[in-house]
Parts: sequence; structure tokens; C-alpha cells
Amino acid sequence: MNIPYTVETRPDTGLNNGKLGIWLFLASEVMLFGALFSTYIILRTSAPVWPHGELSILLGAINTVILISSSVTMVMAWASLKMNEWAKHRLYLIATFLLAAVFLVNKYFEYAEHLTHGEGPWHSTFLAIYFTLTGLHGLHIIGGMIVMAYFIGPGASLWKRNPEQFANRIELTGLYWHFVDLVWIFLFPVLYLL
Amino acid sequence: MDKVSTVETHGHAHGHAHDHAHEELGFWRKYVFSQDHKVIGIQYAITALLFLLFGFGLMMLMRWQLAYPGRPIPVIGGLFGAANAPGGIMLPEFYNQLGAMHGTIMVFLGVVPLAVGGFGNFVMPLQIGAPDMAFPKLNMMSYWVYFVGGVVMLASFFMPQGAARSGWTSYPPLSIVELGGQTWWLTGMIFLITSSLLGSVNFIVTIVQLRAKGLSWMRLPFFVWAQLVTAFLLLLAFPPLEAAGVLQLMDRLAGTSFFMPSGLVVGGQVVNVAGGGNPLLWQHLFWFLAHPEVYVLILPAMGIVSEVIANNTRKPLWGYRALVYSIVFLGFMSFIVWAHHMFMTGMGTVMNSFFQVTTMIISIPSVVILTALLLSLWGASIRFTTPMLFALAFLPMFGIGGLTGLPLGLAPPDIHLHDTYYVIGHFHYVVAPGTIFALFAGIYYWFPKATGRRMNDILGRIHFWGSFVCINIVFMPMFIQGLAGMNRRMYDGGAQYAHNAGLPVQLHIWIGMAAWTLGLFQIPFIFNFFWSIWKGKRVSDNPWEATTLEWSAPSPPGHGNFLTEPVVYRGPYEYSVPGAAKDFTPQFEPERA
Repeated sequence: MNIPYTVETRPDTGLNNGKLGIWLFLASEVMLFGALFSTYIILRTSAPVWPHGELSILLGAINTVILISSSVTMVMAWASLKMNEWAKHRLYLIATFLLAAVFLVNKYFEYAEHLTHGEGPWHSTFLAIYFTLTGLHGLHIIGGMIVMAYFIGPGASLWKRNPEQFANRIELTGLYWHFVDLVWIFLFPVLYLL
Repeated sequence: MDKVSTVETHGHAHGHAHDHAHEELGFWRKYVFSQDHKVIGIQYAITALLFLLFGFGLMMLMRWQLAYPGRPIPVIGGLFGAANAPGGIMLPEFYNQLGAMHGTIMVFLGVVPLAVGGFGNFVMPLQIGAPDMAFPKLNMMSYWVYFVGGVVMLASFFMPQGAARSGWTSYPPLSIVELGGQTWWLTGMIFLITSSLLGSVNFIVTIVQLRAKGLSWMRLPFFVWAQLVTAFLLLLAFPPLEAAGVLQLMDRLAGTSFFMPSGLVVGGQVVNVAGGGNPLLWQHLFWFLAHPEVYVLILPAMGIVSEVIANNTRKPLWGYRALVYSIVFLGFMSFIVWAHHMFMTGMGTVMNSFFQVTTMIISIPSVVILTALLLSLWGASIRFTTPMLFALAFLPMFGIGGLTGLPLGLAPPDIHLHDTYYVIGHFHYVVAPGTIFALFAGIYYWFPKATGRRMNDILGRIHFWGSFVCINIVFMPMFIQGLAGMNRRMYDGGAQYAHNAGLPVQLHIWIGMAAWTLGLFQIPFIFNFFWSIWKGKRVSDNPWEATTLEWSAPSPPGHGNFLTEPVVYRGPYEYSVPGAAKDFTPQFEPERA
């Protein structure tokens, strides 16, 4: 039994199943982070004082550049597939994976800086929301890396059997990855700059 | 096919694998880790029915304590151990666990999984002519994540401090300072939320993408519309509760103070937390889910009732388009009414005014739907089948539940009624004789499709009339108790308060008797359910002479559902078409040349 429209587009909706599915998933993710950002706003507006300068703007800025670059390499990984350049696709996908890893290493140093001073999430409302938001975002990064690792490793064989489906899957991974990137683009000013 | 399934590894040579028309699956992949929407639907339904029975059992225990406070529970009182019920007398801590878990289990593990996971999974793909759900693997995962969530919830009863006991709403700061099962509750909830996320994405994609040829939007059965709107509510309303759950877990485990205010004193001691948090924030995040959740409970029920009513009145539904527009509007509005649960929190008259206006607006589409269903009965020669009895009972029961909600949705009367038994009566009328009756209607109605056999009609009627009478004796007196000012969370049912003396307290005994009798009247159903699987009367593929697509598939449908690709020629409820040979013209019947 085959499920229709897993690869091909349904004419009257203009979508395949995966594409619609990932957009719905991202809509629910927007609600998840939306609730957390609302929490941030409510806590901050009701706090008598709000700390500034607790985080290293330099490290945050570097991570922002890293994530934006990884979004670019992700697009290139998909575009290479569309141009039928397998070797380039591999290169760009691995680059995306590595950039994500560098992001996490950077994040680890930031976390360690706070935790070695005994300033964990229990320390203040600011650090509580900081650790929760960036922690959840970090889990999304790890989730994306697991998916990429799958397509670098065992998932890559699909390219030979069904190149169109493989390209679709990379496209969906990319959509998710851009969302994770976008969340960070909100997190950086909200937590580091404002 | 180079992959050979476990069944074929013994006996069959590899080259013979392609002789099979379709891949034969082993027991585990066919019945346990199945990716077939019908099997998953039945798994969901049976698990959910067991949870409903369990949650009902918790309530029957609470009812003993309310009817006869401080008396040992008869017969089974010794089973709960000295930590919960020494000498068979229930402790307040145990009572609170029962209350919190009754609500949680009934809503998140019983009704929603049955209405959405069970009926949605089984019926919806058949009604739209799809071979399966769009993502069968996700569908399987959705069930198993739900199952794990359920196990975590049940396991919390056996933890040293017992299950969660801060109510199903888990309001902080109580839910954060208390010991015990709350952490398990939150963990279980995160599993259940994940499961419903997987499910809702799958439902929406399936409905949008896999509709059969000719099945345009305005030809969809109303049940499918109900499932579509429900899936959107689950998709968009649950994540904020997930966020809230994560925040409360952080408060409990990482020592944060998202919901803990500064200077909180518990038992004469200042609580050692950073402070600066906001307990009301939890209520906002919780009700942002939990109000749409009310519609998640009721919309699939309305869908089921519409199918059953159209079929048994042998008439088209009155105002199909009005029904569709109403349910979509209801879905949108349900996102902006949540704070009507919070009139008494002191959030201010401006907020109260806003939310009571939206609440009055949302009652309009509900009334449109109920009216359309009532008008559908007008002039019909009704077939009083068992599913129809339950569907007919749904209408006045939901009507009572809905109308008693209006005083609660207006801030001034809510001052008097808030947190009383009136509220319990109100929402139980919506969910118990409302939604659960509709679910029973659905079980009796689609049972022949799932098994090829009909459930026994006499037992069905005993089940219906017994349940109908008892459930009204359970919930109707609660309005009286609530108007008398009886608080809903009292361990002794409020006997210690003078204003409850006399009738309000005595009614607890009546309610208790009726609740236990209601339990007895479920026995014919349970027997009927299992007996009919093997011994029920065999019936044709379309025993109710219905018009929608699921009745064109064999009963039970095989893997892939339909023998030929279904094509839809007309709207969903073409009953008693003038000039037609029979009183029903199915969607799948081609136009005569």
C-alpha cells in the first residue's frame, strides 16, 4: 500500500504531505516559544529591577553569526541536490552539522561560566528564563543535528533510490533548521542586548 | 522486495516473497506496533476505555467519602494501605490524589484519546476515502507515546508520596511546594502533549491531502470537519501548556521561581526561593490550553452525533453549511476565552469584561450547532436504534451543560458560583452525559464497521436507559448544592459548614447511590462489547444504510481499506432524495446514466 502525495505534489493543494506536516509542526513550535517569550515579557515587566550585562555579547554575537551561516550552508546543501551535485551536497550538509556543533561548544562555555560561579537557573528570574529558553533552543539544535547526522549517514542511501524524496527531506530539514535559527535571532537581542 | 518479514523467514525461500499480494506482517507488527490506522484507532479506543473505567473508579471511591465522611470504605477499604486509608478510612491526602487524578485521567487519558485517537483514527481516513493516515509511523509513535504517558500517570500512585494532589489544574504555588507525584504528573503530561502534537499534525495533513477524488470541502462529512478543527486546537493550544509544564518542572527541580512569588509563607515558614515569579502566569498558560481543550472534548462528540442523527432520521442534516461555518468559528473563538476561568483571581474588571464578551460570543456558534441538530429531527421518521438513543440524549444533556455555563461566563454571577458544585455539575453535563454519551453512540454505530458484527440491541437499551437516569441523578443535584454555596473541593463534602446543613449535604448520599448504580449499568456495555466481537450478529458492509464512504469498505476493512479506489459523487447526507429508488444515496454511488 502506498500513501499518495508523499513525494509528488497534490494538484489542488499544491503541497506534498511532508511539506504541509513540517509547516504545521513549526506552527506548533511558534506557539511553544511564543508562550515562553510571553512568560519572559510578563516576568520582566513585573520585576522591580532587571539585570543587564550578565551575558557576553561577544559570544552571543559569534553564535548568531554561526547560526546564520549554518542556515546558508543548509540552503546550499538543498540547492546542490536540485542541481544534482552530490559531492557538494555532502560538503554543505557536513558543514551545517559542524557549525551547529560549534554553536553548542560556544554555548557550553557560556553555561560553564555561570555555573562555576554558582549562578544556575535558581539564582534569579533572569537566569531562570535565560537557561530555560536557551536550553530548550539547544535541545532543538541537538534535534536538528540528529536529523542531519541521519542524512549524512544511513539516510543518504535514499538518494540513489529516490532522489526527489531525498531532496524533499533535506528541504524539510532545512525549513526546521531555519526556524531554529529564527528563534535564536529573537533570543539574542531579547536576552543579550535589551 | 529484498526485505523479508519474520513470518517468511522460516519455510519460504527468498524468491517466493513476491508471490504474496502484500507483505505479511508478524503478530507484533500487526497488532502491537501496528502502523495501520484502524488497529491504532482500536488500540487508542480500548486503552482509553480502560482509563475511563479507572477514572470512574476513582470517582466512585471519592463519592463514598463524600456521602459518608470518615466511615471506612466497605469491602475494598483494606486495599489502599495504611498510608492512604488506615482502617479503610480515606485520608485527606488520598482524597486529593483521587480528585486530581480523576480529572487528569478522564480528560487527557480517557475522553480525548477515545474521541480523537480512537474515533478520529479509525473513522476519519475511511470517511475521506484514504488508504491510511498520511504518516503511519508517526501515528504509531503517537499511540505509544500516549501509552507511556498513561503508564507514568498510573505509576505515580505507587510513588512514596503518592500521585499528584493539586487538582487537575495544578495551580502553583501549591503544586510546587507539595511533595510527591506532581513531578510525575508533569512528566506524564509532557508525553501526552507530545503524543497529541504528533497526532494532530497527522490528522490535518491526512484531511487536507488524502481526500478521495471528488471529495471537495463541502462534501466532507461533518465528523471530518469536527476532527479537523479539533486537530488545529490540539496543535496550537497544547504547546503553551508544554511550555508551562517545563517551567513548573524547572520550579520543582531546578529551583527557579517562575510561578513562586517573593515572600511566600507556607506553614509559618518563608519559602526559600528566589521569588519574583507570578502564580497567575501558570493559570494563563494552563487555561490557554485547557479552554480549547473543552472544545477538543465536545467537537468530536458533535461530529459523531451529527453522523448518527443524519443516518437515523433518514434526512439530510439541517443547515450543513451553517454547521461547518459555526464549528470553524468556534475553533477560532476558543483561543480567546480562556481567562473566563479566572474572574476571581483579581486580574481586573477590564480583563473580566473582555473575556465575558468573548465568552458570550462563543456561545452563539454552539447554539447554532445544537439548534441545527435539533431541527434535523423535525418531521423525520426516526429509527430509535441504540446509537440514536445516545445521540438524542446528547442534545438535551449538552443543552443543559451549555446553558448552565452562561452564568459562569458572566463575572457577577460567577462570584457566587465559582468553585462550587455548580461548576462541577455544569462541566460534567457537557462532558459526561454529553461527550461520553456521544462516544457511546459512536461505539454502537461504528462497531459493525470495525468487527463485521452488531452489538446486542437489548443490552444496549439497558445500558442506555440505566445510564441516562443515573447520570442525571448524579449531576442534577449538584446545581442545587452549588447554588447553596457548597465548595467543590471539601474532603468531607462540606459537612462542617452550617450553610450546607440539611438538603445539600444529604444530596451527597443520593449522588453516591446513583454513581454506584451508574457503575453497575456499565456492566451490560462491557459484556456486550466483548461478547459481540465474537458472537454478535453478522451484518453486511452497510448495515445502517448510511451514505458516507466508510460504509463502502468491507467490514472490517483490510489493510489499505478499500477494494477499489473510492470516488465521491455527491454530498455526505443524501437521504430520502425525492425520486430515488431507496431512501439513501451513498456518496460513492455513481450517477445513473
